[in-house]
Amino acid sequence: MTRALINVPTKAKRGEIIGLKVLISHKMETGFRYTTTGERIERDIIHTFIATYNGDEIFRANLHPAMSANPFLAFHAVATESGVIDFQWHGDNGLAARQTAKITVE
Amino acid sequence: MDRIGKQTKATRRAVVTGAGAALLGAAAPTVVVGPARATPEEMQATINKLVGDAKLKAGKITIDIPPLVENGNTVPCTVTVDSPMTEQNYCKAIHVLNERNPQPNVISVYLNPRSGRAAFSTRIRLSDTQNVTVVAELSNGSFWSASVNVVVTIGACLEDVI
Repeated sequence: MTRALINVPTKAKRGEIIGLKVLISHKMETGFRYTTTGERIERDIIHTFIATYNGDEIFRANLHPAMSANPFLAFHAVATESGVIDFQWHGDNGLAARQTAKITVE
Repeated sequence: MDRIGKQTKATRRAVVTGAGAALLGAAAPTVVVGPARATPEEMQATINKLVGDAKLKAGKITIDIPPLVENGNTVPCTVTVDSPMTEQNYCKAIHVLNERNPQPNVISVYLNPRSGRAAFSTRIRLSDTQNVTVVAELSNGSFWSASVNVVVTIGACLEDVI
């Protein structure tokens, strides 16, 4: 299982813009590298990241091999109501990872 | 005396060239031969595909990326688009593109008014000194772009694989 780190504030004021940070451990093999014996190393990357806030999409990213290993993303969201922010990563070879965080909006 | 001197010189040269050849020889099997690189034209074609018939204007975008990078494997990159994020007027998408990596695309980000701010940070790979271009699509259908040149000392994708 791929390890993911997320950073979400636990509390926010209504309407406040909050910063979200996510990082997932993944080698992001480009598919453009060769072994010493000349064999091509198959591409193995995370190609999609989706963040939802109580089911509504707030941020989506399509990643390409030009993303660094252990892809890191920092973005924002409007704290509309208390609930769950859900982060999902999808990758080659059926990789799927998910993390959720609770947020209280006052 | 002169002859000996010449001889020594010759030997030294032979040794140096020999060592060089040996080094090359040793390195040859580990040299990673990448595929043809993306070209500025290829990046332009990708941009044209994104933009379609709309007009691409310069401005509204700030790319925060170091101008000189030592290691192309992790280049911190922050993109900010000068756009409000309201229901009527917001930034729909931000695309990061490059000229000289094997593929022109780096990352495409899709936003909506719930995103709050038309900005994001990430870390990217750059294989060589090149221009990084960002294209932003706003909800009113307009497209904006900005480019920045990044000097890369050690490119990504070239490290040896065991």
